Amino acid sequence: MKKILLAATAAFTFTAVSAQAAEHVEIPKEKWSFDGVLGTFDRAQLQRGFQVYKDVCSACHSLNYISFRNFEALGYSEEQVKTLAAEYEVQDGPNDEGDMFKRKAKPSDRLPKPFANDALARMSNGGALPPDLSLMTKAREGGPDYVYHLLLGYEEPPAGVQLVTGMSYNKYFPGHQIAMTKQITDGVVTFADGSPNDAAHVAKDVTAFLHWAAEPKLEARHSTGLRVTLYALIFAVLAFLAKRRMWKNIPH
Amino acid sequence: MSTEKSIWKKALDWHEERLPIISWIDHSLGTKYPVPRNLNYWWNFGSLAMFMLAVMIFSGIFLAMNYTPHVTLAFDSVEHIMRDVNYGWLIRYMHANGASFFFMVVYIHILRGMYYGSYKAPREVLWWIGLLIYLAMMATAFLGYVLPWGQMSFWGATVITSFFSAIPGIGDSIVTLLWGGFSVDNPTLNRFFSLHYLLPFVIVGLIFLHIWALHVPGANNPLGIDATPADKIPFFPYYVMKDVFGLAVFVVIYFTAVFWFPNALGEAVNYVKANPLQTPEHIVPEWYYLPFYAILRSIPNKLLGIIAMFGAILILFALPWLDTSRVRSGNFRPVFRIFFVVWVIDVLILGWVGAQPPEGIIPTIGLIGTLWYFGHFAVIMPVLGWVETPKPLPASISQSVLKAAE
Amino acid sequence: MANTAHAHAADPAGETRRDFLLHTTIAMGAVGGAMMVWPLIHSMNPAADTLALSTTEFNISGVAEGQRISVMWRGSPVFVAHRTPAEIEAARKVQLSELRDPQTDEQRVTKGKDKYLIVSGICTHFGCIPQGVKVTEPRGEFGGWFCPCHGSQYDTSGRIRKGPAPRNLAVPPIKFLTDTTVLIG
Repeated sequence: MKKILLAATAAFTFTAVSAQAAEHVEIPKEKWSFDGVLGTFDRAQLQRGFQVYKDVCSACHSLNYISFRNFEALGYSEEQVKTLAAEYEVQDGPNDEGDMFKRKAKPSDRLPKPFANDALARMSNGGALPPDLSLMTKAREGGPDYVYHLLLGYEEPPAGVQLVTGMSYNKYFPGHQIAMTKQITDGVVTFADGSPNDAAHVAKDVTAFLHWAAEPKLEARHSTGLRVTLYALIFAVLAFLAKRRMWKNIPH
Repeated sequence: MSTEKSIWKKALDWHEERLPIISWIDHSLGTKYPVPRNLNYWWNFGSLAMFMLAVMIFSGIFLAMNYTPHVTLAFDSVEHIMRDVNYGWLIRYMHANGASFFFMVVYIHILRGMYYGSYKAPREVLWWIGLLIYLAMMATAFLGYVLPWGQMSFWGATVITSFFSAIPGIGDSIVTLLWGGFSVDNPTLNRFFSLHYLLPFVIVGLIFLHIWALHVPGANNPLGIDATPADKIPFFPYYVMKDVFGLAVFVVIYFTAVFWFPNALGEAVNYVKANPLQTPEHIVPEWYYLPFYAILRSIPNKLLGIIAMFGAILILFALPWLDTSRVRSGNFRPVFRIFFVVWVIDVLILGWVGAQPPEGIIPTIGLIGTLWYFGHFAVIMPVLGWVETPKPLPASISQSVLKAAE
Repeated sequence: MANTAHAHAADPAGETRRDFLLHTTIAMGAVGGAMMVWPLIHSMNPAADTLALSTTEFNISGVAEGQRISVMWRGSPVFVAHRTPAEIEAARKVQLSELRDPQTDEQRVTKGKDKYLIVSGICTHFGCIPQGVKVTEPRGEFGGWFCPCHGSQYDTSGRIRKGPAPRNLAVPPIKFLTDTTVLIG
């Protein structure tokens, strides 16, 4: 009984944060292009993932820390980013008359949010707040693997599990009851580059995009890291040899 | 060479007559500071700790240039550092992981002192100052963890400051004073930033005292016997070189964490902005507090739990007297060695218990671990000193070193 | 000091006056220094604008029987429960001797408004927010609130029944301004 209640709680508090679920579900490991010592992002995959975010996720989920200018890192040119930004409208002002006005977005603008505020977001989503996705792959235990499997983890509830109204059953969500319905399905988007668009590929692409959004400096981190660490290693070897020579005639 | 002094030498002498700072440094950590020749690599961790303090202070100063201590902006300003500030990601990851590595280094430094009896006469005050540095580090780390204003920052701050509400009578007033309000809020964040910036410099002051207190009796050594002048070599260049080598190895490990596992020691929940209306299901402190958190939770009474938690550190101040053995080094104490290892395992188990939700058998394990922790100091250490027969000590360091060299 | 005293031994009266002056000066200096510290300490206490937010008014008529809501007071939640007769009965039949922090249910509610329980939503252990406001949340073995941090359980009167918390959920200062309007603080 307590367990079901706990599960319901976790589901209700959709934003939730539960690092430790009521029970532990093993999240399978996936292969990512950004894994490993010199892992990098796959630009084509990021662009596809952005398309998924734009067409599917952005209806409810914000990406608060991302500006249009950041999309140059996805491999778009400055011109393409300008064109992309101009598809959106943002509020600016006040103008000389003291009125707020709408204008086309510029590359330096943040991505507009789907809802003006959290209260409106909750009201539009049956009381559940769709969390911001800018840091999602870092803000959950399991990281990108968790996000990927969550997107695909929708199942029929096992016998005996009573779903709270409006909730879906998800194998990987802590407590299993999630307010988000299944969004990633086969063919939900059609990619411009003709890449496969079955649910697994779509989920993979959008997760990679979200990981870029959460950790945009990952490539710089890996490449700087390799150089710095190699430098320190060589220094360590030299220091060891110098130390050994200095101590040669000192019994210790 | 002529006997005439060079212009540089003259300038130096002129300066030294007025402020003898060069000779002071030379006496402190240079050629005029004699150190036992037989120190092993466990003695590297003091200089490593100093290095980490420098890393933390410098990275912190530059982070503070871009950080905003306000509840609506703190989380965003950290993301601004991570995304937009040049090398901001590097400085922040160095600082965040630096805290963990600073504690690792200091824990090894403390364990080294405990195994080789470095706290024993005449180094009790040196040991005390070290413990004060450790306490100041714990406070600084706690204050710093609150600054990113994530969920764990907020709820960690709430739980830890609420410790003081256990004080009978005035507890609640003290908590209100600490918060500057009726919950953890903007005034709290602001003052935590102020104090987080202040305390490292208090630590710097304490380190001066620590090194001063080290120079009065001189460094201990793995044999634990007093060193004669013949047993010593100058700190510079011998130990400086050895420390540089140790530092280079350490830096490789530290950079591996910073560049490839920067979030492995953190809590994912702290990438969710603080929400005063929702408590995370499982509040855990950073790993370096876990054994003490386990001790706190193992006692099902608020005030007693807090007394036990602080007592776990305070009892270390009495260690020089609780240890009744005449022999310093664990190398010559066969029974102590076993109990020392058991105690370390006990602390590790407590650390594991601190990370688990307090359900099922966990609180019982925590209670047993807590009893053993205190029993080790209050019972085992004094009794061991009386009943244990230490192995024979060498007559001098030189004798021991030369025998080993043959 | 000892030397000075010796040197002036020939003039005991003068010495006493000197010592008195000196001790008074030292004492006044020390007290003055201590008094300087108070403004600094007190500056850490809640500021005037924080204190200004220390009352909350709300309408209780929207809370249906069996429903619980939380309202904000001084930056923290306050639980408002419109209790069912069964919940009230459960709270009242408990013997005081069973309670860790003995208080009758009557002491914790406003007379004539017994069905409304209004208590602070701050666990008295370490300040977490107990669960149990929403029906989907766990309420613990006593049907009240359950704190997820360290497992404290509260009953339908907000009294601590199990777990590490030492005291009952605090009852904030409450005044029914009208039949349906409540002032907290």
